[in-house]
Amino acid sequence: MQSNEPVIVVQNLVKKFGNFVANDNLSFEVYPGEVFGFLGANGAGKTTAIRILCGLSRPTSGKVMVGGFDANTESEKIKTNIGYMSQKFSLYDDLTVRENIRFYAGIYHIPYNIIKTRTNDLLQKLGLEHARDKLIHDIPLGWKQKLAFSIAVFHEPSIVFLDEPTGGVDPITRRQFWDMIYEAAHRGITVFVTTHYMDEAEYCNRVSIMVDGKIADLDTPNNLKTKHNAANMDEVFQKLARGRKY
Amino acid sequence: MRTILFLLQKEFLQIKRNKSMLPIIFVIPIIQLIILVNAATLELKHINMYIVDKELSTTSRQIVSKFKASPFFAVKSSSFSLSEAMNDLKRDKVDVIIHIPAGFERNLVRNNKAKVQVIINSINGTVGGIANAYVSSIIAEYNKKVIADLVSVTPNAFSATPSITVTSSFWYNPQLNYKTFMVPAVLVFLVTLIGMFLSALNLVREKELGTIEQINVTPIKKYQFIAGKLIPFWVIALFELAFGLTVGKLIFDIPMVGSIPLVFGVAAVYLLVVLGIGLFISTLVDTQQQAMFIAFFFMLIFILMSGVFTSAECMPEWAQQLNHINPIFYFIRVIRMILLKGSGFKDIVNEFVALSVYACFVLSLAIWRYRKVA
Repeated sequence: MQSNEPVIVVQNLVKKFGNFVANDNLSFEVYPGEVFGFLGANGAGKTTAIRILCGLSRPTSGKVMVGGFDANTESEKIKTNIGYMSQKFSLYDDLTVRENIRFYAGIYHIPYNIIKTRTNDLLQKLGLEHARDKLIHDIPLGWKQKLAFSIAVFHEPSIVFLDEPTGGVDPITRRQFWDMIYEAAHRGITVFVTTHYMDEAEYCNRVSIMVDGKIADLDTPNNLKTKHNAANMDEVFQKLARGRKY
Repeated sequence: MRTILFLLQKEFLQIKRNKSMLPIIFVIPIIQLIILVNAATLELKHINMYIVDKELSTTSRQIVSKFKASPFFAVKSSSFSLSEAMNDLKRDKVDVIIHIPAGFERNLVRNNKAKVQVIINSINGTVGGIANAYVSSIIAEYNKKVIADLVSVTPNAFSATPSITVTSSFWYNPQLNYKTFMVPAVLVFLVTLIGMFLSALNLVREKELGTIEQINVTPIKKYQFIAGKLIPFWVIALFELAFGLTVGKLIFDIPMVGSIPLVFGVAAVYLLVVLGIGLFISTLVDTQQQAMFIAFFFMLIFILMSGVFTSAECMPEWAQQLNHINPIFYFIRVIRMILLKGSGFKDIVNEFVALSVYACFVLSLAIWRYRKVA
């Protein structure tokens, strides 16, 4: 973990939908190369926050800087520097593995020859060479998730946002998925990941726990466990969420 | 530009893989042309007629035989009772009653005039009007013959009746063939339907699937995305027009007096308008169902006001004003002018300019309304 300039700066972020406050005064910073976990129950406001950071939604108030650009005014500039893997699976079902890669790579202005070599490398690494011409529709979910992640970082963004990337996949695939996340972080890509699997929280460098649209606590997994006198992250979360009002 | 090429490649691959696409492109036009062109006709033939001839004289029989010989009328029944005839009219068994009263021949000879009563079912005003015209023309013709006979019987009674003869010659559609008139219009519907619906539904589908999020998070420009959605369906619709014109020529032998490239030139601009409306609708809604309803709403108004069945020039003033924003109105007019009259570019320049302005406006609107940020 580096301690230089933060790549994400969020100050007093508020997002309201009518009277409902989805994000209540969030403030945090994320540093380059960090694996930053965003934890919380369903409806805690994780997806809302990640969509604002990606420039898909505007904050109601507060300052949000991503990669040096303001999410309020320069969201299109943010978009050249980030990758995003949404909760809702978003590769094209009716395109093949290779066509999906080529399409997204093309949109990010990667030159043809680089797309070609990088695609071959990627398929080899994922062990998907035999499935290169299969439709996404016909390949198993675990493969789709890994492919979606690879496509999100295909253009070597400085930050990648993952919104519940491991929903519905088996433990082995989840483990492999986290290996890929580490590898990306190792290459210098900052990883911002939301999840509600508490075991995954242990894999993060730092974790912020959201309860009811607020950040209940933010620290490294070890510090959080010590601070809340808990054996694992699950217990930390239980303790923090207990004070939750309905 | 390169981004647009990648978008186009993706769209065409998806269209190619969509199994319902091929039937939509090839079967719909043929069915539409064959059914609509043959069915939607204003030519009236075999109008059912009831004859009440209370006289059965030579003269009345002559009149009746005129109607029997006419291809426009089918004499269903006849009796001496007008009330029976009225019953049949109420039951929709007949649409026209010819009532020749007793004393018809006597009146004609003695008083030089006699009356025939004609009762027409005019629930459909147009049909009623046309039936009336046919009946009148048959009676008028008979009337002329009667006058001629009278003149020859008593040569001194009248010196030759002066008369003005009107001879009509019908231009551009000399046989008054309804199909010639309809085929171009049906072709317009066809490309409009394909263009507006396919483009509107396609973009909304990406919203429904969630893939649009993944696009919106890329640095793609709004106009690039809209162009990527526009061009594929523009190409398909133009192809559709070519295919439809070929079918129209082969099956209906419609005249193609004017320049075919000019038809495609106008169609190219017209389709930008139609697709622009489709795309604009899709930026407003969230589901394919909503898109379908809104597109259908506009299609219906545009089609009925376009002057395809009724002449647009005869509509009330406000409706004609409203037609200024009806793209179908312009294109139906232009395609008929070019194909049937052989009008050149300078004859249709107003419509062409109007469509061009419209295209710029509606596409700007679609690009403006497409939001990458919710």
